[in-house]
Amino acid sequence: MVDVALQSDLVEAYGVAARAKAFNRLRGIDVFFVVLIRAAALAVLVILGGVIISLIDGSLPALRAFGFNFLVGERWNPVTDRFGALAPIYGTLVTSFIAMLIAVPVGLLIAVFLTELCPMWLRRPIGIAIELLAGIPSIIYGIWGLFVFAPFLQETLQPSLIAVFGNIPVLSALFAGPPYGIGILTAGLILAIMVLPFVTSISRDVFDAVPTVLKEAAYGIGCTTWEVVRSVVLPYARLGVIGGVMLGLGRALGETMAVTFVIGNAHRVSSSLLAPGTTISATIANEFTEAVGDLYSSSLIALGLILFVITFIVLAIARYMLLRLERRIA
Amino acid sequence: MTSRYAARRRRNRIMMGLSLAATLMGLAWLVVILAVLLWEGLSGLSLAVFTEMTPPPGGTGGLLNPIVGSLMLTILAVLIGTPIGILAGTYMAEYGRYDKLTSVVRFINDILLSAPSIVVGLFIYEVMVAPMGHFSGLAGAVALAVIVIPVVVRTTEDMLILVPNELREAAAALGTPRAFVITTVCYRAAKAGMITGVLLATARISGETAPLLFTALSNQFWSSNLNAPMASLPMVIFQFALSPYKDWQMLAWTGALIITFTVLSLSIIARALAASRKP
Repeated sequence: MVDVALQSDLVEAYGVAARAKAFNRLRGIDVFFVVLIRAAALAVLVILGGVIISLIDGSLPALRAFGFNFLVGERWNPVTDRFGALAPIYGTLVTSFIAMLIAVPVGLLIAVFLTELCPMWLRRPIGIAIELLAGIPSIIYGIWGLFVFAPFLQETLQPSLIAVFGNIPVLSALFAGPPYGIGILTAGLILAIMVLPFVTSISRDVFDAVPTVLKEAAYGIGCTTWEVVRSVVLPYARLGVIGGVMLGLGRALGETMAVTFVIGNAHRVSSSLLAPGTTISATIANEFTEAVGDLYSSSLIALGLILFVITFIVLAIARYMLLRLERRIA
Repeated sequence: MTSRYAARRRRNRIMMGLSLAATLMGLAWLVVILAVLLWEGLSGLSLAVFTEMTPPPGGTGGLLNPIVGSLMLTILAVLIGTPIGILAGTYMAEYGRYDKLTSVVRFINDILLSAPSIVVGLFIYEVMVAPMGHFSGLAGAVALAVIVIPVVVRTTEDMLILVPNELREAAAALGTPRAFVITTVCYRAAKAGMITGVLLATARISGETAPLLFTALSNQFWSSNLNAPMASLPMVIFQFALSPYKDWQMLAWTGALIITFTVLSLSIIARALAASRKP
């Protein structure tokens, strides 16, 4: 009796201990897992913080040496160690502006086609085809732009632009000089093709989110398709479209390889769109590995910092717009 | 009255015609770019491309070392970036769905998702290449991993949120600890979507050039040493396309064809996988 009782006590005590041990182990794994994934989530923040800190740290020598003049100085001379970022900033803004000027209306029109006109069975294939444009790596746009697109523009579009606008007072300055093929305009056009899928796919998604009842009501009082798009779909989808456009702009501002191939890499601010220029990303890509001297590489990192600040602001606005839209739909 | 009606109809027809034209133009770019790639790339495509090293100017050769380098860099970057991305996405969807931290991380992640890749290159140069004193394949892989992470975070979070709560509740009711609910139930339910994310990230980095410029650099010769500069297809294309030598330019086109074909097939597979999940 005593033996048995003792034994069962033992077994019980052993069982409880084993169970407690197993539970503890599981709880340990659980706690470890939470710590692990929280650390991973924080790692995302650390990456952004690291980017900002390393850029600021790297650009301090240049910013100390040139101060505010770095932003407005046009001269970029590695020999005398004088650096001003005006030409790359100007090139970045102008090429992106050209890209958006073309990509926004075209992208919106494609979105209209995909949501209003296109037969159902064709919508997915065409949508995917346009999105594949975004999948092509930027270096491919670069090599294509350099060997195919730029010579094509040199022979066709650019001479006719010069011929048409050559005698009009203000516009002639925009299209002055010989048709090089490569230059600011070419870079802007290639960026337009690259940005197009971003504008298109977001606009299509927000157009699709417009309640059918609204559109049907407008059709019901006799609106044409265009009037429905202009007065119902576009106002309703405004936030999303702006978000999509900003997202595309963020992409255009930071695009590197495609632009590096066709911009011409000339550090000057020229009023002519046909002239070669440079952008922030193209300057960094071209010169960073060959930069001799601390001030030179520091100036290039400072350019990177400027680019990052600009795109950060643009992308933050884009996300804010899209977030507001999501909340409204929910 | 009728003239106004006619004007409205005319305007409608013009705008709809324009939208059709815009679509055709968009598709035309895709066709033109792919056609040129096929035309220029196929003419240089031969077995030697996959079996020989990059040639000196004027010599004959292939793209073996950049192809192998690209594969190594891409695989390593995915191996580094995917676990971090999946874990971070898991936190956002499973533990902190309504946290302040989650919304901050989501916002920052979305910005990293479209941040200029050349800035990532500068960042890795500052934190890895400059302290180590030399360019290295490892730095290139880390730079690419920084691009992988946001893509994977985004898709993991999106996919885990779609997993029905009943599955989690059922597993929890059986006494399964939370970590196991997530790893054995939720991950399995969201598997296809998460693989899609990894494929999309792979597609994205296999064509990236800008982050490699100041990290992995390039290498004219065979090197599988991760601690030394390493050749990669995009870098070789960049270098060869801008050279004055005809045979180098031809190899650049062939490399471009290989990359584009790889990237597009990856993203088509990813799409098909994502579509097969939706009924």
